[in-house]
Amino acid sequence: MALLIVLALAAPLYAGDPLNMDPFKRLQPPSAEMWFGSDHLGRDVFARTMFGARISLFVGLACSALTALGGLLIGVVAGYSRGFDNIIMRIMDGLMSIPTFLLAIALISLTGPGLSILIVAITIPDLPSVARLVRSVVLGVRERPYVEAALCGGARLPRVLWRHILPSTFPALMVQSASVCASAILTEAGLSFLGVGVPPEIPSWGNMIASSRLYLAVAPMTIFAPGICLAFTVLAVNLLGDGLRDLFDPRAKRRR
Amino acid sequence: MAVYVIRRLVSTIAIMAMVGIFIFLLLRLAPGDPAAVMAGRNADPQTIANIREQLGLNEPLPVQFIHWARDMLRGDFGTSIFSGWPVLELISQRVEPTVSLGVMTLILSVSVGVTFGILAAWGAGRVVDLALTAFSALGYSVPVFVVGYFFIYVFAIRTQWLPVQGYVSIEQGVGPWFVHLILPTVALSIPYVAYLARIARASMLEVLSEDYMRTAAAKGASSYAMLFHHGLKNAGAPILTAIGLSFAYLISGVVITETVFNVPGVGRLVVDAITSRDYPVIQGVLILVSGLYVLINLAVDLSYTLVDPRIRY
Repeated sequence: MALLIVLALAAPLYAGDPLNMDPFKRLQPPSAEMWFGSDHLGRDVFARTMFGARISLFVGLACSALTALGGLLIGVVAGYSRGFDNIIMRIMDGLMSIPTFLLAIALISLTGPGLSILIVAITIPDLPSVARLVRSVVLGVRERPYVEAALCGGARLPRVLWRHILPSTFPALMVQSASVCASAILTEAGLSFLGVGVPPEIPSWGNMIASSRLYLAVAPMTIFAPGICLAFTVLAVNLLGDGLRDLFDPRAKRRR
Repeated sequence: MAVYVIRRLVSTIAIMAMVGIFIFLLLRLAPGDPAAVMAGRNADPQTIANIREQLGLNEPLPVQFIHWARDMLRGDFGTSIFSGWPVLELISQRVEPTVSLGVMTLILSVSVGVTFGILAAWGAGRVVDLALTAFSALGYSVPVFVVGYFFIYVFAIRTQWLPVQGYVSIEQGVGPWFVHLILPTVALSIPYVAYLARIARASMLEVLSEDYMRTAAAKGASSYAMLFHHGLKNAGAPILTAIGLSFAYLISGVVITETVFNVPGVGRLVVDAITSRDYPVIQGVLILVSGLYVLINLAVDLSYTLVDPRIRY
């Protein structure tokens, strides 16, 4: 995972120009000059793959940060105020019943493709699951003696929420964020593959696979290089999530 | 039981209404001018105005909603901007390939996934378990289109055992229909199998540590009887829930798989609608699929009693 981030950040330093086209070197097999060969416009697949990592990781991290923040806010409000709880959770139920992928497609088809709308489109459908999780933790914690003690001791509500309730949601939240991150990367790639994700001029793994699919028989590397990177990135994030869960919940580990 | 069913039905209707409101608001609250996006880059103002008119965007919001909800309840999902056909008709023409693919995937992944999960739980900590757990971690991470192109490359282009792409209607023969569905089904099933195996394993392990399992072992029950008779029966409910919830995953997978394998199903319809900016079609599919999703999860909830008679409402 750390290696991935370093590779992605350092891409401009070593990978060459991902947009540079060389019409004389179209669909080349891998060589010393271009490690993964070149695509149908003569662009260096290795460079594009490394730059694609930036998009994927950026979308994954942005989406998981946004859902964590939004979910935390909604979850704490729902968990702490009885009045809003019912309304908020019904809204979340409704949102949860719309399949993520189709919702994202519908949203983007209304606004046109773009990186920020893509992040919003992936974030919104993921909110309810995080909100639910936070809410359940808050519900469990708020009746604990130490919360009552803090309130009795004269601490004001925002301070109690911030100091005493929020920290207890972090373990579950981090595990959930890892899985949101993994699924955001997959969704981004899927949407880009269908042509509704990142605009085509930006090298992203989904875009690369989509634009190379006609050349599968001639230049399989143009599809498999980004594909394998994508799979390993998601795997790394998923394993990170599993690791976090084992760390925070030793009971689950013993059961495994 | 009857009270529970009624309460569950009422809440289902409430959720459906919520879903309806969301989908309604989606078009109205989208940033920018959706009509202009749909009309395309070089559209003249008249075309944009026509689209606004056709979508009913010129009226006040509550009036729009009443009209919209009335049409939806009547089963009128509007007409396609691109082809002028009623959306419902467009969708129903594309249902067969999608249902074929969906049902085949469901059969394959539930049978294989649950079997894998049980096997892994049975051999917990041993090689079987490690291999299956590694498979499911990997299978869960590989996107459908990557697996799809890999299969096409290996089984269709290199070895030419199976057709590359396309779909043959079941009316034209079960043989060709089946052969064309093999690759898409297997590709789509892999993440699904991985997910179900994971859930089935966890839920079986939970059950296997129960006291009655020790009793069953002590009285000399065979491991087959223990796993299936005592184990799976008790581990059934979480697995069933997982199957219902992962229907949403199946949908995104179907859209992508149909694109990879060029299957003319509902997923292709959506993808084509994206390129032609045909929002009514996308909206129609979104509504139908969301409704189906809610109903499936209702059915799952209600079927718990069948799996586990101890659950009484």
